[in-house]
Amino acid sequence: MAAVPSSSGSTRCSSHPHPHQEMKLTITQLEQLKVERKVFEIYHLLSDVSPHAKSLMMELWRDKHIEFLTRGLRQLGPSFFVLDANRPWLCYWILHSIALLGESVDSELENNVVDFLSRCQDKDGGYGGGPGQMPHLATTYAAVNTLVTLGSERALSSIDRGKMYKFLLKMKDSSGAFRMHDGGEMDVRASYTAISVASMLNILDSVLIRDVGSFIQRCQTYEGGIAGEPGSEAHGGYTFCGLAAMILINEADKLDLPNLIDWVAFRQGVECGFQGRTNKLVDGCYSFWQGGVLALMQKLLSVAGKQSEASTLCGGLGSGESMYNMTSSTPGKLSDIGFSFMNEKTECGPLFHSVALQQYLLLCSQVLEGGFKDKPGKNRDHYHSCYCLSGLSVSQYSCCKDPRHNPPLPNEVLGPYSNLLEPIHPLYNVILDKYYKGHEFFSSS
Amino acid sequence: MSSDDGEERVPLSRRPEWADVRPLPQDDGPNPVVPIAYREDFREAMDYFRAVYLADERSLRSLNLTSEVIAMNPGNYTVWHFRRLVLETLNVGLLEERDYVDHVAEHNSKNYQIWHHRRWLAEKLGPKAANKELEFTKKILTIDAKNYHAWSHRQWVLQALGGWDDELDYCQKLIEDDVFNNSAWNQRYFVITRSPFLGGLQASRESEVSYAIEAIMANPENESPWRYLRGLYKNDIDQFLSDNHVSEACLKVLKSGHNFLFALSLFLDLLCFGFQPSDEFKRVVEGLRNSVASSSDANLATSVCNILETVDPLRANYWAWRRSTLPSIVC
Repeated sequence: MAAVPSSSGSTRCSSHPHPHQEMKLTITQLEQLKVERKVFEIYHLLSDVSPHAKSLMMELWRDKHIEFLTRGLRQLGPSFFVLDANRPWLCYWILHSIALLGESVDSELENNVVDFLSRCQDKDGGYGGGPGQMPHLATTYAAVNTLVTLGSERALSSIDRGKMYKFLLKMKDSSGAFRMHDGGEMDVRASYTAISVASMLNILDSVLIRDVGSFIQRCQTYEGGIAGEPGSEAHGGYTFCGLAAMILINEADKLDLPNLIDWVAFRQGVECGFQGRTNKLVDGCYSFWQGGVLALMQKLLSVAGKQSEASTLCGGLGSGESMYNMTSSTPGKLSDIGFSFMNEKTECGPLFHSVALQQYLLLCSQVLEGGFKDKPGKNRDHYHSCYCLSGLSVSQYSCCKDPRHNPPLPNEVLGPYSNLLEPIHPLYNVILDKYYKGHEFFSSS
Repeated sequence: MSSDDGEERVPLSRRPEWADVRPLPQDDGPNPVVPIAYREDFREAMDYFRAVYLADERSLRSLNLTSEVIAMNPGNYTVWHFRRLVLETLNVGLLEERDYVDHVAEHNSKNYQIWHHRRWLAEKLGPKAANKELEFTKKILTIDAKNYHAWSHRQWVLQALGGWDDELDYCQKLIEDDVFNNSAWNQRYFVITRSPFLGGLQASRESEVSYAIEAIMANPENESPWRYLRGLYKNDIDQFLSDNHVSEACLKVLKSGHNFLFALSLFLDLLCFGFQPSDEFKRVVEGLRNSVASSSDANLATSVCNILETVDPLRANYWAWRRSTLPSIVC
């Protein structure tokens, strides 16, 4: 079931250089060739081995991953001091990965996580990178997603939602965009993490969303993807953040969706994985950032189609009328958009090659000793483990119309079917069941 | 850990000027998760930092302490934030602070905090700082020509402080160095559309179209100039359709018979917007269709999607979706 694409379809800059240019390749081409060589070496190996060995190579080494992840939760070496202001992130990367693998931690460890995150919660709302650090939107997002992933009442009720709302409001700039922390930088990440947290906690309102949409709209570049700030380069991470935030505030139709889809579709390359920007190198973490965008798009294709048609007829984009009308599921409140979104119909398969992506993740990103890495030649870490597994889940379920009740078909899951992970809610990147549990909790309290 | 000048670092507990401060341990609780086995010097410096931070002591020794802590972990945004509060209170020389950031950034050029601090600093220094900031980003971009933070900072400097004069030349140089550097193309688009001295996209379109097409002809497999070319007609579909240069560039690459993916993709966009292809176009597409043996269709755009689906199997689903959403007026 190998999915090595034919070279005629390659879109990377190194493909078929003109003969007279081979002597004088640019840095981008040289770096690209180096990576392609390593990746194809692995794929060629795959085509030469017996079916049994092939199936072993395609296996997800669950026990090793759990071992690597659990160890990190209990103890990290001195070299982790560089992540001393990101400890809620470490909790999220590890616990979300464990949950994706269908496992959970024992109740003692779970209580320890809740207790630790409570120490990171600021007295005026929001979570910092460690006990006593200033609250920061990114670590707040990580802490909230971690607690939703744990899912116990103790975990969910440990979040001070009243103060959280005040914190979010304090991070909102007069322009409408959000700052990462008091006096901090303003970018699309900040908008997404603020909106995601507010939506998850059922505290999203018209004050918080004011002018967020126009900020994100200004960050969409001529290439089609979304940048961190207006003018910057289209980038996978910001594109996910921008699109997810736009959907959560019901303003996705303000983006040029056909152009966005085209840009993301072209980010998957001959290595089978995704790159983060045009002419940059493949990296396993973009399996989620870019793959996640196309997963979200599967529910927006009718809007994108209408935009294409409108631009053909009128010579320009949209008439300003909201095309993504969610009345089919009538969200009473802004915070319910994330809930309604999952009920929207998935009209067709993924717009990326999901089996090829799984091949890159299992063969090029997976580390046999446990954990995942960016690309061959790099080291594993918790960040890449989280986003490679998230991307793997997204691709396994990418043909599924109702992941909770109709699991994927065997041919949609590369390798043994036991590779199947838990499905996620792609707007928040938490396990789908945990999302529903959290949503119910925050809707009723 | 030894300090920069190679001397042995004296623990804070043994420095007389810190004798009056009681270090504040991290409140990790009895059973912390993701605990980091801090080295002793790191733990100690952080304990003293927590003490002055909590006491809001905006003193020179606090400033020096933030330097020490930042040297150990430049990702700690709380320390940077406190450093700014101290700097504002003490009214320390901003030029001195800039030298300090120059130094820290050399080894940490992909750290959000440093660039944010740099922006805060440059904003205080005003337009006279523009040149220095542009030089600084240039230095970082010499090491990594795609450093995202450096480009964002550079754009902010241009817009907030000025210094546009040589920017187009700079983009040109970087594109010459590496025509696949998409960040440089993005910067070029930024300059063309936003420089107060160039008259906007329309004024530059003709020359930019030629520039992009020249790059395309040299490397038709390079996606950057194709996206740039398409971007030059953003919000101006009429020009996109009527400008022969675009369709001629597509035709030329299609006729060559190889590395035509982006050309065919752009040709599909043209068709979707109502472009009326010449007989030659139809012949060339039919020739391609035959050579890759994809299914034929009376509708040209459908044929194009079929070819794309065949030659670009990685995006087969995408091209199938494009085929399913072809506007009814498309031929």
